[in-house]
Amino acid sequence: MSEVKDIIKTLHPLERKVVPLLKQSSVFSEILKKSGLKDVEVMRALQWLQGKEVLKIKEDVKEVLTLGDNGKQALEKGLPEKVFLDTIKNKAVSLDKLRNENVLEMQELNACIGILKGKVAINIGAGRIISITDHGKQLLESSSLEEKLLKKISKEEVDISGLSDEEKFAFQNLKKRKDMIKPVLKKDWFIILSDTGKKLVTSNLGSEKTIEQLTPGMLKNSSWKKKEFRSYDVKINVPKINRGKRHFVNQAIESAKRIWLDMGFKEMTGPMVQTSFWNFDALFTAQDHPVRDLQDTFYIKDPEKGKLPDDKFLKPVKQTHENGWTTGSTGWNYKWNEENAKENVLRTHTTCLSAQTLANLKKEDLPAKFFALGRCFRNETLDWSHLFEFNQTEGIVVDENANFRHLLGYLKQFFKKMGYEQARFRPAYFPYTEFSVEIDVFHPVRKEWLELGGAGIFRPEVVKPLLGIDVPVLAWGPGFDRIIMEFFKINDIRELYKNDLKQVREIKEWMR
Amino acid sequence: MPTVTLNKEVLEKLVGKKLPLEELKDRISMLGTDLEKIEGNEIIVEVFPNRPDMLSEQGFARALSSFIGVKTGLRKYKVNKAEKDYKVIIEAPVKKVRPFTACAIVKNLKFDDEKIREIIQIQEKLHVSMGRNRKKLAIGIYPLEDITLPITYTAKKPKDIKFIPLESDKEMDGLQILQKHPTGREYAHLLEGKEVYPIFIDAKNNILSMPPIINSHKTGKISEKTKDVFIEFSGFDYDVLSKGLNILVTALADMGGEIYEMQIEDEKEKKKTTSPDLSPIEWKLDIKYVNKMLGLDLSESEIKKLLEKMGYDYDSKNKKVLVPAYRTDILHQIDFAEDIAIAYGYENFEPEIPNVSTIGETDKFEEFKSRVANILVGLGLIETNTYHITNKEDHNKKMCYEAEAIELKNALTKDYSLLRSWILPGSIKVLSENTNKEYPQNIFDMGTIFRIKKEEETGVKEFCRVAVTLCNKDANYTCIKQVFDALMDALDIKYDIKVAEHSSFIKGRLGRVSIKNIGLAYIGEINPQVLENFGIEMPIAAFELNLTELYNIMKI
Repeated sequence: MSEVKDIIKTLHPLERKVVPLLKQSSVFSEILKKSGLKDVEVMRALQWLQGKEVLKIKEDVKEVLTLGDNGKQALEKGLPEKVFLDTIKNKAVSLDKLRNENVLEMQELNACIGILKGKVAINIGAGRIISITDHGKQLLESSSLEEKLLKKISKEEVDISGLSDEEKFAFQNLKKRKDMIKPVLKKDWFIILSDTGKKLVTSNLGSEKTIEQLTPGMLKNSSWKKKEFRSYDVKINVPKINRGKRHFVNQAIESAKRIWLDMGFKEMTGPMVQTSFWNFDALFTAQDHPVRDLQDTFYIKDPEKGKLPDDKFLKPVKQTHENGWTTGSTGWNYKWNEENAKENVLRTHTTCLSAQTLANLKKEDLPAKFFALGRCFRNETLDWSHLFEFNQTEGIVVDENANFRHLLGYLKQFFKKMGYEQARFRPAYFPYTEFSVEIDVFHPVRKEWLELGGAGIFRPEVVKPLLGIDVPVLAWGPGFDRIIMEFFKINDIRELYKNDLKQVREIKEWMR
Repeated sequence: MPTVTLNKEVLEKLVGKKLPLEELKDRISMLGTDLEKIEGNEIIVEVFPNRPDMLSEQGFARALSSFIGVKTGLRKYKVNKAEKDYKVIIEAPVKKVRPFTACAIVKNLKFDDEKIREIIQIQEKLHVSMGRNRKKLAIGIYPLEDITLPITYTAKKPKDIKFIPLESDKEMDGLQILQKHPTGREYAHLLEGKEVYPIFIDAKNNILSMPPIINSHKTGKISEKTKDVFIEFSGFDYDVLSKGLNILVTALADMGGEIYEMQIEDEKEKKKTTSPDLSPIEWKLDIKYVNKMLGLDLSESEIKKLLEKMGYDYDSKNKKVLVPAYRTDILHQIDFAEDIAIAYGYENFEPEIPNVSTIGETDKFEEFKSRVANILVGLGLIETNTYHITNKEDHNKKMCYEAEAIELKNALTKDYSLLRSWILPGSIKVLSENTNKEYPQNIFDMGTIFRIKKEEETGVKEFCRVAVTLCNKDANYTCIKQVFDALMDALDIKYDIKVAEHSSFIKGRLGRVSIKNIGLAYIGEINPQVLENFGIEMPIAAFELNLTELYNIMKI
């Protein structure tokens, strides 16, 4: 009995209303009627009770009868054959006249004559004069089986499977006629009480004065002290709510920025529209290098060209391209064209920010470390592995004593913090770095190496014209989007910027 | 980057050693080429553009063979002296259109289908990469038995150039070739507008080719019967041509050919040279510099060994590196440092984080943006992340507003051809793509917009803006202004607001926000015509705020 007592303590007011009704009925629709509650309320109470193992809810589907339009009319005015008999009960009438007077619709009329003839209720004489028989007069006085059934349907729910033989006969007849009755499927629920349930329904539920919601009023007048709190089902499923949320890519970006900050790097920012000078020329990318082609880089229609920096940078960059200037390089051996350098582009990498940072850096600021994390653009067709807009995580270390091993050290550390324990470095080629490195990380699930981006040491041809001295500058710019796809279990890169609100709401928080 | 297909069997024979598959894969990657895949007898690799010498089986094998230690050091190639009439005369007219050529003769080649495939591949790959699609460099190879030496390199008026080009059976003149021949049409832009077109002619006045377009059908086709060939490279920079020629002749020599010099007489410059020149180029090497960059402490003899693994020789006495004549990528001694690192093995370097103290620092404006985003998240909003590149249809037409925006010159598709000049169209577009998702949809988007401003370096000024868009059945002016006010309160900002008009918003329900007379934001209810244009059946109230300007004002 203690079990029942515990349950009683947890009963919600709705449950309290429903439980006593379970003594008398085990059908949902009946309980509903008796309770005076809304159907969702009764159902919720029953589900809670089911959760407490008081009962089990079983779905029950049955076929019940409802009245069709003609059925409703028949109930009001009588069945058509009754109307017919009534019309001829005092004197015989010709069929033609009946037709003209529109007593019944043609179809009904013919059906009536058929039925009444079958029941020997009428006679059809010469000239198609129709008269009533004695049996007909008797029929007119009494109600037919069909009428009884219609009346029953109008008053209560009639389950087809529960029809008596007479009713079945009437049902078959009515079914043949137009729009008299409509069988419909009706869902109901059966309640099966458990042993605990059986005890519960006969128990005294006691006072209903347990506390539901604690209110300011109760606190004010201390009334809560005299009452008990209803116990809750703590396992209850509650409706989901939505929360505010940063976009998952931006969560990862913020987290990566923090990693660089932790490692002592200073943030670089700058415009996305850049002159070719900063995007390419300052990075020792020859003017006929394929990356500068229209199919790789977005150019701006208007303003097509920008301004070049002053001679302090312009001349060394130009000469370095042409003959190596004082960098100890041969240069690219061609005539460098200022006009090409003026062309505006959407930055193809954040490395242009590194170039600008070097140009603004003073010798006394060394050693210095910078990072950037920003949007870049390539003139590519969207597909599962290519975006025309993507993020890059850029970094430079400007340090007289920096070397190749340091480059690998910083990269390894960053990728470790981004969740990749194993990183591998391969030789690569970029016009502005030498050494050049491709970074692969080991995908822990796919068990294969993933190519995540490029790094290197800036060529002297990049550093000296901008900084004025030749100092090792470690540099990297891996694509950021691919780094984070693995965590979010995204295989199609387009899904990062699809803005499907269901995905954005449900995707997990960045946790690295 | 050029991708080449290598025949594994040929490669193994040339390398002189057969490696197990996994090791082969690893060595190819660690040598500094991007291995795409090995399938059966085919090895597909991406050769980096600085190493055109590795575009052939022979060149690739040479590098790999040194790298794995089978055959290290500088390869020596014999160049035989020019025989009688092994001469190319450059006549003055061609100096204006395609001024230089570097040539050679290679004899005793035994051609078969495989070798012809290999040669065509080298030629094609050199055309694309080093040659920048034949602009900088074009190659012609001719069976020696079909031509008569000496050769003249000259230029003539297109109408006066008449020959049957390859893959044709009709004689055409220079112009017809550019207009009608498929290869002619493909490369026509390289000669367009020139008064004269370059041609190679043999001693019997037969036209061999019209570079950089096409060879003659009569003289320009190698077959299995071909044994000796004449090779010409034409272009604008003799050094480039000479390097290209060296790459090709050394590959042919590795196939078993014998290289012969040719005399090149430039009539206009009155200059005589011989090509090819396969003597190594000498470079000074500073061992201390190399070790400093590597972070290692290698001895001179170790460095010598590593250089040899990359196909160089090192002259310890003079502290000089001898660079093979086919290498095009040595611009600075840092290039040796990298090759030494590759030979040492990138995998053998121990990564190290130096003990250097620097102080991390965020960009203040980025930090501000992040704060604003967090305030908005606190108000229950979901952040979206949209592209900067959009199109006129979404950005202007559907918004019922003619916003000025910067167009891209070379967009691939119309859908992405415009730089946005405000954020809101992107947010509304997002909502239009989510009409089957749960409401309310209350979102924000923060990002860069682009405006023309002459004073800027590029003529473009970028601003960061944030758009908040409330889309739900109760969205109205009050709701959106509550969000705006909450944000302003959080930032401790007082503002002025006036009624304004903007065709994207409902008339009479739009406020223009300003501080110190600088317009900063619009707040209002979106014009139902806009909603209809986007197929949204839910009201939207929104604001768009200029964070760049706001931040500048706050700093003052």
